Amino acid sequence: MAQMRASLRLVRTQAFRIVLVYVLLFAFSVSALLFFTYWNTRRTLDAQSDQIIEAEITGLNEQYQRLGIRGLAESVVSRSQHPGNALYILSDGAHNILAGNLDAWPSITSDPGNFVEFGYERSVNGLTEARRARGRLFPLRTPAGTFYLLVAEDVHDRDLTQRMFTTTLPWTVVLILVHGLLGGGLMSRNMLRRLDSINRTSSEIVAGNLTRRVPVSEAQDEFDVLAENLNRMLDRIERLMKGLREVTDSVAHDLRTPLNRLRQRLEQSQGRLQAAGSDTSEIERAIAETDQLIATFNALLLIAETDAGTARGTMVLLDLGSVAADVSELYEPLAEERNLTLKLVQPLGGGAIIEGNRSLVSQALANLVDNAIKYTPPGGRVTVRTLQDETGVSLSVADSGPGIPPEERPRVVERFVRLEASRNSPGTGLGLSLVAAVAHFHNAELVLDDNAPGLKATLRFPHPAARIALPQIPSRNAAE
Amino acid sequence: MRILVVEDDLEAQRYLVQGLKESGHVVDDAADGDLGLSLALSRPYDVAIIDRMLPKMDGLGVVAEMREHGNTTPVLFLSALSEVDDRVKGLKAGGDDYLTKPYAFVELLARVDALMRRRSPVTVKTRLQVGDLDLDLLTRAAKRAEQAIDLQPREFRLLEYLMRHAGQVVTRTMLLESVWEYHFDPQTNVIDVHISRLRAKIDKGFEAPLLHTIRGAGYMIRAR
Repeated sequence: MAQMRASLRLVRTQAFRIVLVYVLLFAFSVSALLFFTYWNTRRTLDAQSDQIIEAEITGLNEQYQRLGIRGLAESVVSRSQHPGNALYILSDGAHNILAGNLDAWPSITSDPGNFVEFGYERSVNGLTEARRARGRLFPLRTPAGTFYLLVAEDVHDRDLTQRMFTTTLPWTVVLILVHGLLGGGLMSRNMLRRLDSINRTSSEIVAGNLTRRVPVSEAQDEFDVLAENLNRMLDRIERLMKGLREVTDSVAHDLRTPLNRLRQRLEQSQGRLQAAGSDTSEIERAIAETDQLIATFNALLLIAETDAGTARGTMVLLDLGSVAADVSELYEPLAEERNLTLKLVQPLGGGAIIEGNRSLVSQALANLVDNAIKYTPPGGRVTVRTLQDETGVSLSVADSGPGIPPEERPRVVERFVRLEASRNSPGTGLGLSLVAAVAHFHNAELVLDDNAPGLKATLRFPHPAARIALPQIPSRNAAE
Repeated sequence: MRILVVEDDLEAQRYLVQGLKESGHVVDDAADGDLGLSLALSRPYDVAIIDRMLPKMDGLGVVAEMREHGNTTPVLFLSALSEVDDRVKGLKAGGDDYLTKPYAFVELLARVDALMRRRSPVTVKTRLQVGDLDLDLLTRAAKRAEQAIDLQPREFRLLEYLMRHAGQVVTRTMLLESVWEYHFDPQTNVIDVHISRLRAKIDKGFEAPLLHTIRGAGYMIRAR
């Protein structure tokens, strides 16, 4: 099955198609050429025999004119002594042979005066062979009755030539096709192998390994030029990504260092005030504000990094089912405390596998569950569900809360957007933005739906196979 | 306990050193990687607190060198870098724990205590005891005053972690990291709810509570 798919893939390549068209064109040209040569040769040979026959007839006619039928018969007898390729028969009206070098009157559907072809038997080296001849039949009307004269040439040589052509032509076409297809297959396989190495490299790079480069061979052919150009482009991308990484790092460093000092000073003052027995509630509030500031900053940084894809190297095969189970377990007591039912629904047998970053997916799901619990009134229901179908794997969180009006849905994933209704509840306003960034990071889709009532947020991931499994060529392992 | 602090932000260093000293530790400090490494290699420390970015020699380099020389002092990395895979890098280089700036001092202190505890030679324990609370790690059974307590698997792990650090402050982040293996802070404080569930199971109906909330820091399990 796999082999069949591989050969099918070979046949579908551009190279193979080009080769196929050329092979067919070439086979047609060769056939036409051979056919023309054959036709011409046959015509020439026929003309030659005809000429010889004409000459014989002229000679015999002379005899007949001069000496009558008896003279003609003598002439036929004498000429039959050393026949060569010539054949003569003189017969009476009932086709009884009077003279000549044929044993029996051949079956001719005759057209008197014109050239006819007929089969006859001839003994060669003691064996009887079926041969063909070409000649002319003349009825001779004399007072003694009607006689028939047949003058012919053996066309065995011509037949041999003809047979040579008729057997050569199909074989030639078959050989051209076989060689052409083999050559085409080899060429396509070669091209596929080069292209596959480029494809493999690019998908590894997409998966986060920015240091990979397309292999360049020594041949310096057009593929190598392409590979070198791609590699130059990759160098540039890698530099840009590294630059981006350095920028986020220095932004992080330059903001975290003063934030750290700020928090430390606050803690110090709190310690001093506490030691002096004073009220520290103001300081505590300031520390809480600082922590909120830090949380917002961290969330922003994480979103920026996730969006930029700088953490691509950390992708693993991930069981969404276990992520969902862990996060649900983490939030279940909180839901119960808020008098909500948190339910986890998973297909039997699990197997909702994606390629992803466990921490990011967990955090995205935690944000969704957190939101659902926050906005669903007591007595409501929150359902975490994993689902798997032909199109991919999905992870959804549905609640029975107020939901989000359809026109607001595209807006809530933007950074810092908080709906009027939730202005006063705690949170950075970055929760859904992070979910969107995580979705983007995994080539997944974040869909916000009406749960009637409530909100249903779904993360739809592509199958891991769609990106990991690259097309393979038949004998790649043998070639490596 | 002897602690080495390698931190190039002098103000942060002063605060850190002072706080650690007030908590009863002996502290040496260094402001660059070179000095930090030579201190780490020349004196025995119970814990080293090392900033990720240092002049002369990067924090990762210092720890790699220490490990190269067979030095097994537990290392807590402090980092102001963005976090996504920096933690992994730090732990791979030989760090034992990782804390992102800005941090709360109590968080740092709790982690330093945990690292020291990890260092002291532990015989492989099969049961943990705090007061009359008894946790059998083999049969995974919990008992208090000979009364069986029914625990969910995650509650068992939570209690096990708390009991392994009995008498020490354990922060919410430490619990999230060790018991749930999450390196992010959920928006709502879910740990508190887990703790109150656990508390209901082990402390309810007993006169002396074992599981205490340490205000502004975290939790601690200890017998009175």
